[in-house]
Amino acid sequence: MAGHDLNATPRLATKAMLKHDNVREVELLLLPERVVLLNKSGAAILGLCDGSRTVRQLVDQLEHDFEAADLESDILSFLDDASGRGWVVVT
Amino acid sequence: MNGTPQPFGLLAEVTHRCPLHCVYCSNPLALLDRADELATEDWLRVIGQAAELGVLQVHLSGGEPLVRGDLETLVAECRRLGLYTNLITSGLGLTESRAESLVAAGLNSAQLSIQGDAAEATDLIAASKQFGKKEAAARIIRDAGLPLNMNVVLHRLNLARLDAIIDVCARWDAERLELANAQYYGWALNNRELLMPSKTQLDQAVGVYERRKAELAERMEILWILPDYYEPYPKPCMGGWAQTALTVAPDGVVYPCPVAAEITTMEFASVRDHDLDWIWAKSPAFEAFRGTEWMPDPCRSCSRKELDFGGCRCQAFALTGDAGRTDPVCQHSPDHHLVQDALVRANQEDGGADRRLVYRRSDSPGV
Ligand code: SF4
Ligand code: SF4
Repeated sequence: MAGHDLNATPRLATKAMLKHDNVREVELLLLPERVVLLNKSGAAILGLCDGSRTVRQLVDQLEHDFEAADLESDILSFLDDASGRGWVVVT
Repeated sequence: MNGTPQPFGLLAEVTHRCPLHCVYCSNPLALLDRADELATEDWLRVIGQAAELGVLQVHLSGGEPLVRGDLETLVAECRRLGLYTNLITSGLGLTESRAESLVAAGLNSAQLSIQGDAAEATDLIAASKQFGKKEAAARIIRDAGLPLNMNVVLHRLNLARLDAIIDVCARWDAERLELANAQYYGWALNNRELLMPSKTQLDQAVGVYERRKAELAERMEILWILPDYYEPYPKPCMGGWAQTALTVAPDGVVYPCPVAAEITTMEFASVRDHDLDWIWAKSPAFEAFRGTEWMPDPCRSCSRKELDFGGCRCQAFALTGDAGRTDPVCQHSPDHHLVQDALVRANQEDGGADRRLVYRRSDSPGV
């Protein structure tokens, strides 16, 4: 179901909203009843979950942006967790 | 705590008007009418000031917020400012086109309340038979692509139906269900003798909650909001007075919590006269119980004071007439007998039998 299929397409759940908080200078994920404080990589991953790219493309993009070569397994496990929590929908 | 905290949530009570008459409604006994309500421009200003203060989520509530035709405008402004919006509704008045226009404006989420598992319960609790409209509203919310969150207030008259209530929410495809044990303020305090469950009833309901929560774990998140009268310590109400959220009432008066209007000994400022920033950071009412300095004993010398902040100021006022006392729910409170007495009555065989329910109506004398 989750991100292990590199050809799947992750998309932020309708109920979830990403926000850069200008007042507190942090990246947040807003949900109906809670606010999740994201670290830099979490925010970067979720920011690319817009339904327009596959997990493979998302990994490529982030490896390019962060100038790193070995992000795949970290990203997959983050997406697994995020879809388990209902933050992203993977189709 | 360094400096003034920043609020995360704004509860925008856009109106007190509501087609229902719930016996536990958290609106004040003296309901405001349409003529008292803030205009659209006022709300737009409030939303802008809230965003500057650090608010992230705006809960549109009431009354029934859908009675206001300008809800879409408010939602759109929230979206423009990057604020998350949540509609708290009884479902009455939610048509497909209304849901579509709200979603188009940027609505993120909706919470639908029910009184029980069937029309009879709605009639008994809310003096309305409109159960079918609630089912339709649930479908409309889901068809509009919004997550369906549901809320049920639990009390003596519906706890025995908990299984059936959970069935209804599961059947309607709710993602999340809040089982909120009644809190005794305002209308609910008036009806406390009839609403307060016995310990046996509550224990059975906890069993049902635990079983269903495990059973439905994959489908629906179920939350149990504790019945504080049966707890040894009070709830950490709102994360402490004026710490995490604020409520703007239909007439623009700002409160640290949705039921604080009941504290008639305090003066709360209005957005008609002041900026939200001043009200939040500097107004005497918000400063009065912020932090731990104000605390009397037993709280002052208690190790839990940073955990529950001495409990709820509104409950202290409602039960003792003094908002600055320890919440009587606390077992260390010198006023704890007030809660104990109510529990004793609730656990007698004929608890509340000779009383009649008082329905929330604007023409009710503020009993
Ligand atoms: S609790 Fe009932 S009466 Fe009060 S606002 Fe909600 S639906 Fe209306
Ligand atoms: S004495 Fe005050 S701080 Fe201590 S548990 Fe009771 S309410 Fe909380």
